[in-house]
Amino acid sequence: MEEALTHFHDGMTLMAGGFGGVGNPPSLIQGILEKGVRDLTLISNDTAFPHIGIGKLVTEKRVKKVIASHIGSNPNAGAQMTAGELEVEFCPQGILAERVRAGGVGLGGILSDVGIGTIAEKGKQKVVLNGREFLLETPLTAEVSIVHAKKADRFGNLVFDTSARNFNPLVAMAGDITIVEADEIVEIGELSPEEIVTPGVFINFIVQSEGVNWQWAWEK
Amino acid sequence: MGMGEVKETETYRERIARRAAMEVEDGMIINLGIGIPTMVADFIPSDVRVMFHAENGIMGTGPSPKKGEENPMLCNAGGFPVTLATGASFFDSATAFAIIRRGLLDMTILGVLEVSQSGDIANWIVPGKRVPGMGGAMELAQKAKKVMVVTTHLDKNGRSKIVRECSLPLTAKGAADWIITDMAVMQVMPDGLYLREVMYPYCVADVIGATEAELKMDGEVGVFR
Repeated sequence: MEEALTHFHDGMTLMAGGFGGVGNPPSLIQGILEKGVRDLTLISNDTAFPHIGIGKLVTEKRVKKVIASHIGSNPNAGAQMTAGELEVEFCPQGILAERVRAGGVGLGGILSDVGIGTIAEKGKQKVVLNGREFLLETPLTAEVSIVHAKKADRFGNLVFDTSARNFNPLVAMAGDITIVEADEIVEIGELSPEEIVTPGVFINFIVQSEGVNWQWAWEK
Repeated sequence: MGMGEVKETETYRERIARRAAMEVEDGMIINLGIGIPTMVADFIPSDVRVMFHAENGIMGTGPSPKKGEENPMLCNAGGFPVTLATGASFFDSATAFAIIRRGLLDMTILGVLEVSQSGDIANWIVPGKRVPGMGGAMELAQKAKKVMVVTTHLDKNGRSKIVRECSLPLTAKGAADWIITDMAVMQVMPDGLYLREVMYPYCVADVIGATEAELKMDGEVGVFR
């Protein structure tokens, strides 16, 4: 964990897997909070809930810009945006996934018709191809990607936990450095090649998860 | 509960969901939004088999788990724990939206802030007030084969949510096919918005009076009880 934490610094771009907190890596987020890292540009599907996952980074005012599809479940994000403390770039969810994927798979951009006729067009180059109009969507990468896996072997091969997969395999490919937090770390050979979702070649560091350290919104 | 049964204490939300469930056909792939759309699942008869798609990466979500049996990692797109239906699968968010963009969803059921008589949908931003973001709504509204809007007819201030033209930023243009509210069932056709049914105890005049959009009629308007 200590070695992993040396890669987090003020003003960096950080990408996180997860959806409404599910699949956000709890121990890495705790490490970022404790290290005091701030002015982050955060790329993530959403800003989770105020006390859950990456939502804590927003609540603790460590984020200066977020690129996300949704911030509605974290009122702190909305309040900071209204107060001019947090810049928010909204992106339709599937397009966000594809922009992260494009960054992760080394593409220069993608063409999509999602959001044509809405303000999601704003600032985007239009491309006409075979008589159809598309928006040019740019790829996303980050200095560091953080990922939560159910199991990792020591090569970095990953298996995810049910719907905690969500953005994690995409985010895992799109970091200059990718750090995985795994509930269980196993020896090479213990995972079946057939069950591996993310091949370890994308992964730089693996840390042992200490488990979810928050109460879920439905647990009341 | 089957759709034939009507509870004495049925709320308007349940009535909307019960009516929406009647449009669900055997074999459909369906995405349900948060709120009233989620309730639609409870009113689909057991002999109508459908697969529910959740945009966080599940095909085949089942009912809510019993208290104490939740897996916190196994949630729907609203963040609530779910179970799995037989034949369910997990996939990443890119694949979840591949299913949507490729037009493989037979139906999406979603809520709105405004919907226009030409089917324009606005449901993600009230400039300067509430800015939650579009989430997956743009893809869902633009790409699902059938888009069903379920909503209260009026907003909190008593204004019609069924409008001639949306004043709020759009989620998708010309997307809605059916609109089901606590007052009426309406269908968006190429030449305008048609009133198909009124919700008991409202009458046609009530609905027209409460609707800012131009409502057309052809043939008899049914009553849904």
